[in-house]
Amino acid sequence: MSLSLQLDASGDLKHFLTVEGLPYEMLVSILDTAESMTGVTVRSIKKVPLLRGKTIANLFFEPSTRTRTTFELAAKRLSADVLNIALDSAATLKGESLLDTLRNLEAMYVDMFVVRHSHSGTAHFIAQHVAPHIRVVNAGDGRHAHPTQALLDVFTIRRHKPDFGSLCVAIVGDILHSRVARSQIHALNILLTGEVRVIAPRTLLPVDVESFGVRVFYDLEDGLRDVDVVIMLRLQHERMQSGHLPSEYEYYHHYGLTRDRLQIAKPDALVMHPGPINRGVEMSSSVADSPQSVILEQVSHGIAIRMAVMSMALARTPTTP
Amino acid sequence: MTASPEYCASAALENLIRSVTDRLPCCPDSAIIGIHTGGVWVAEHLQQQLPGRLPLGTLDISFYRDDFSHVGLHPEVRPSRIPFDIDGRHIILVDDVLYTGRTVRAALSEIFDYGRPASVLLAVLIQRDGRQLPVTADCAGDTVKLQDNEQIKLSGPSPLSLEVVRLP
Repeated sequence: MSLSLQLDASGDLKHFLTVEGLPYEMLVSILDTAESMTGVTVRSIKKVPLLRGKTIANLFFEPSTRTRTTFELAAKRLSADVLNIALDSAATLKGESLLDTLRNLEAMYVDMFVVRHSHSGTAHFIAQHVAPHIRVVNAGDGRHAHPTQALLDVFTIRRHKPDFGSLCVAIVGDILHSRVARSQIHALNILLTGEVRVIAPRTLLPVDVESFGVRVFYDLEDGLRDVDVVIMLRLQHERMQSGHLPSEYEYYHHYGLTRDRLQIAKPDALVMHPGPINRGVEMSSSVADSPQSVILEQVSHGIAIRMAVMSMALARTPTTP
Repeated sequence: MTASPEYCASAALENLIRSVTDRLPCCPDSAIIGIHTGGVWVAEHLQQQLPGRLPLGTLDISFYRDDFSHVGLHPEVRPSRIPFDIDGRHIILVDDVLYTGRTVRAALSEIFDYGRPASVLLAVLIQRDGRQLPVTADCAGDTVKLQDNEQIKLSGPSPLSLEVVRLP
């Protein structure tokens, strides 16, 4: 269902809702387009006229700084006009339904919605109900997917280690609640990554996790052996209250990435994190700031990936409906 | 498809090099920018043949095209690389074929996003009829007249060869 919603009849990107089921060629095409976008972000005038006259609305029903900011910056680098609408504090509180909010924005001639919502499936729902000329990009929905984050992660890996077939990538932390991890696993499997591992306590793993095509480790030190890339996930504080974990200290003791533990991985292993980092919970400061850490590169690459996705989805659309 | 002997790539290249060389003394601080893909091939030949080994940049104008809403993004966009400061430079802008003039318009827009050149000289291997914008080449290797359903295509990078392709 997602695929027919995401791609148009000729196989081009229409909406970008999930990595799951994305054809290999499409995923690589997004990464290649993002590669060319990186050139725009480093020159003196950081702007191209590709989406001039398009209006993009960031609909964030859930707070976000990094994702919203990089989507906004990406749209502005492409010369689109951007509306930032924080819906946790606006119309929805006044009782307006989601569809009414969308219809109002459509009436303002918006061309694209970038949607972040705490409920899985919201971006799909919106894509199914918007006017045919409007495009939808998922900026994170519940536990389901965060496709642009996953693509910026594999983009970052590809820049350092382009041969995915020979790579072993470990994702460490709260897999159970993580939309980022789900999208990363799909992206890594589509790119035919040699081995994808998940490392977490049993309480933070979905019951059917093996069916995602990953190797499961409960012990961090076992799981880090011979790894080329370590992706640490953010631990949300509310997990402590919900009984999934005893304490942050306990988590760091067993699953925190320290210098000593990083040495178990390959000597040139990359350290990644979608941010924001909890220093001393997911990893030590010395690891976060080490030369192996590419965490800030991930942020920069987020702009290029979002530029690629937005321009590909808005290609061949009329400026005014 | 027919290949006509009068559209000889090496002769056109020689003409172009001669024509650009004549213009060079007036432009001491010059640099070459080739437009992907054919223009880059011609620009590389120019760089090798012109005196002084001028710096070479490449431009992919996909993000500046005026037909994005109709045809979308080119599937293989290559990053533009301008490894020198544009400000105050005399730029030799190189393309393989000058036809409608739209590519040159897009290229000029992109160049000005990198800086303010002192001048831009347009050098093309072949100029053909069918201009849709007020754009003229300063230096051209050859001038040809083609039917509306004909296109002239350059193959390269080395050696360069030209052929006229008849569209269905």
